[in-house]
Amino acid sequence: MNKLPSALKLGIRRGGLEVRQFARQRESVVFTLLFPVILLAIFGSVFKDTIAPGVTFSQYFVAGMIASGLVNTGFQALAITIPMERDVGGLKRLRGTPMPASSYFIGKAILIAVSMIIQIALLFGFGLLFFGVEMPTELSKWLTFTWLVLLGSTCSTALGIAFSIVPKSGRGASAVVSPIVIILQFFSGVFFVFTQLPTWMQQLAAIFPLKWLTQGMRSVFLPDSFATQEVAKSWETGRTFQILVLWLVIGIFFSVRKFKWDRD
Amino acid sequence: MNVIEVKGLKKSYGQVHAVRGVDLSIPAGEIFALLGPNGAGKTTTVEILEGFRGRDAGEISILGFDPKTQGYAARQWRDRIGIVLQSAADAGDLTVIETVKHFSGYYSKPRNIDEVMSAVGLEDKSGALIRNLSGGQRRRLDVALGIIGSPELLFLDEPTTGFDPEARRAFWALIEQLRGTGTTILLTTHYLDEAEALADRVAVINDGLIIEVSTPAGLGGRATSQAIVSWRDGSQIKTEATDNPTAVVARLSSHFGGEIPELAVIRPSLEDIYLKMIGGRDE
Repeated sequence: MNKLPSALKLGIRRGGLEVRQFARQRESVVFTLLFPVILLAIFGSVFKDTIAPGVTFSQYFVAGMIASGLVNTGFQALAITIPMERDVGGLKRLRGTPMPASSYFIGKAILIAVSMIIQIALLFGFGLLFFGVEMPTELSKWLTFTWLVLLGSTCSTALGIAFSIVPKSGRGASAVVSPIVIILQFFSGVFFVFTQLPTWMQQLAAIFPLKWLTQGMRSVFLPDSFATQEVAKSWETGRTFQILVLWLVIGIFFSVRKFKWDRD
Repeated sequence: MNVIEVKGLKKSYGQVHAVRGVDLSIPAGEIFALLGPNGAGKTTTVEILEGFRGRDAGEISILGFDPKTQGYAARQWRDRIGIVLQSAADAGDLTVIETVKHFSGYYSKPRNIDEVMSAVGLEDKSGALIRNLSGGQRRRLDVALGIIGSPELLFLDEPTTGFDPEARRAFWALIEQLRGTGTTILLTTHYLDEAEALADRVAVINDGLIIEVSTPAGLGGRATSQAIVSWRDGSQIKTEATDNPTAVVARLSSHFGGEIPELAVIRPSLEDIYLKMIGGRDE
């Protein structure tokens, strides 16, 4: 038996390669990383009022932007770019090497985590400097924030890889994936205050992870007094964790079982 | 033990019987060409051997493994084979050397990177982004990635499609070098001159069946078929079909007292034989 490098080691190397490739696509780097900042600028300038005592819309929106950034950067980006890689034969070539599928998935997870970290740093920077966004001061909130970003990013990666089997071609992928994400953002309370949405929208959104990510981020960026204004009158942190883990398991299951390396 | 051993391979897509019972035995170190028109079952056969497709029936052993193998055993198997696919246009934002180096990390005993770069003639392009390479350079990178793991068996699928004549010659020289290292090569091509230049043996596949396996020179009884001797006699071109062209030439030579006007001895080309075998059905 030949001694092969471990799947984790190759996954980390693939992560490095993915990040390098991403960094060289200048247009998409700027667009992907700055898009949430641009949205914050637009919404922060339009809605100047407070939505609760001491809670500005910008503050509410930062929570939503980080949550939906996780979905855009992971799920949406992967569900569009993986079919493209498949179209040009890149995945089939990888399939023909001793690299295991898990290394490819780990590489993608690293890429998404790295771009999320940069995106959040930019959002914090601009939010602090120009939109009066306040950072949490308690350690427990930062802990929640950390696991939310890590779990959310991994979950979003797994679901993006799983969903990449749906678009038939790279060219059509964006048309399939983008509307889903945009609708989910509206339903999940990214752009509007969640409790002001119609009940059926709230209930539909509660099936998907974005609503829970957004709510979790609100628990980090809004004062605890705001929790009483949530649907369940609390942040439901435990529930959020459970639902994200459930979606992560679903994503991994379909990624492992159904991933398509070739067009046909 | 043969590197490739296939018995009774069958594969259908709905009502279409793409492969209808293929047998193949390829010993170590051989360069074996699979010839056939599009839709003959060539690609399906090779993709089953490469582990990219399933099969309906038949037994396959590639380096002692079934291509259906999954998990760690599949990694062990892939560690020993190299695959150069028809087209891959990925990773345009990486440089040549980055890509080759990265792929070398997948294998247990990769070849020396500089050696591979110079074998495929890309040493001057090592810092170039892949998207800036010409078609021929890209193809050579494909080969570099196929051989970086020092494979015992290399699959080459239509390797020189779209090459200019000079690039093809250079590519053939590269394959000759690989022959020298003892690598077994399964080549699919629809260029007959390529099969003739490179292959130890060729198989012609048509309608999902192998219709003949032979050396390129012996295909379709080519080596033993009658030669045509033609020459000018006065204002006429005369021809004679013969099993003994040398005797005919000697006879003519004494008849003309030396030089025979417009002498030609013609044997059917590989192309003539091939087209006859597949019933004039090509591309």
